[in-house]
Amino acid sequence: MKFGVVIFPGSNCDHDCYHVLKHVLNKDTDFVWHKDKDVSKYDCIVLPGGFSYGDYLRTGAIARFSPVMDAVKKHADKGKLVIGICNGFQILLEAGLLPGAMLRNASLKFVCKFVTLRVENTDTPFTRALRNDVGATGRSPLLRLPVAHGEGNYFVDGATLKDLNADHQVLVRYSDEAGQTTPESNPNGSLENIAGICNKARNVFGLMPHPERASEEELGSVDGLKIFRSILNEN
Amino acid sequence: MKAKVYVTLKRSVLDPQGKTVQHALSSMGFHEVKDVRVGKYIELDLGTVEKSQAEQKIKTMCEKLLANTVIEDFKYELN
Repeated sequence: MKFGVVIFPGSNCDHDCYHVLKHVLNKDTDFVWHKDKDVSKYDCIVLPGGFSYGDYLRTGAIARFSPVMDAVKKHADKGKLVIGICNGFQILLEAGLLPGAMLRNASLKFVCKFVTLRVENTDTPFTRALRNDVGATGRSPLLRLPVAHGEGNYFVDGATLKDLNADHQVLVRYSDEAGQTTPESNPNGSLENIAGICNKARNVFGLMPHPERASEEELGSVDGLKIFRSILNEN
Repeated sequence: MKAKVYVTLKRSVLDPQGKTVQHALSSMGFHEVKDVRVGKYIELDLGTVEKSQAEQKIKTMCEKLLANTVIEDFKYELN
């Protein structure tokens, strides 16, 4: 499986993603420049975190018009995999590849800390390695990953939210260590504690937490590897 | 032709920034302020273009880039 990590002006998690894929997981990985118009040689495109185009206008609003995004849309239409992390998630929302939008964190503060996530659906290419993990709830697996964002307050209209839930497109929610989605465990005010969603076809995934920052023991958690191992279909 | 575009969060969307400003105003003694919505104001110089054409263009600009219609409303003035 070949990975392409997109670099937008202002991306700052591109090297972290590249490092995990290339050096921790030993997978064929390239950087892809935001002006590139062809991503057909890749199986999975990673839109990394950061502050693309300085977050001008709205987070992800300008990046979505980068030449590479037309290629990423075509890639997604073919059923190939796309994962957007943090700013990458915001770009996927602005591009319309995922439904909804991001608001300022309810606290108005930039939040940077480890959070617990409850995995809601393990029947996707991004969560399948968690199929056999059982969390403290006895049902849903839990992950510990860091978040670092000022605009991660997920919002979507009521009808679309209903569809997302009915179709099991919410893949991760902020929860406490018992797997309960409490207001206290919600770091940004997201609707229904939503931390990450996928599209109907299940090949495009966006999440605010950073799996690439929790993929080596010395960083405090290796739970992020479960996302990448799911993509690779390894256990 | 000049365009003035105003972008604000939809009424159905909570505006944490507006709420914070309202609280600050209240602590200054302006208790009469019932609600505050913070938005963006954008000025565009469209050069020489027919008003009807400008209107069409500015609408497309707002829908596609200047506002995110999932969470924001926009209005504009042309003159």
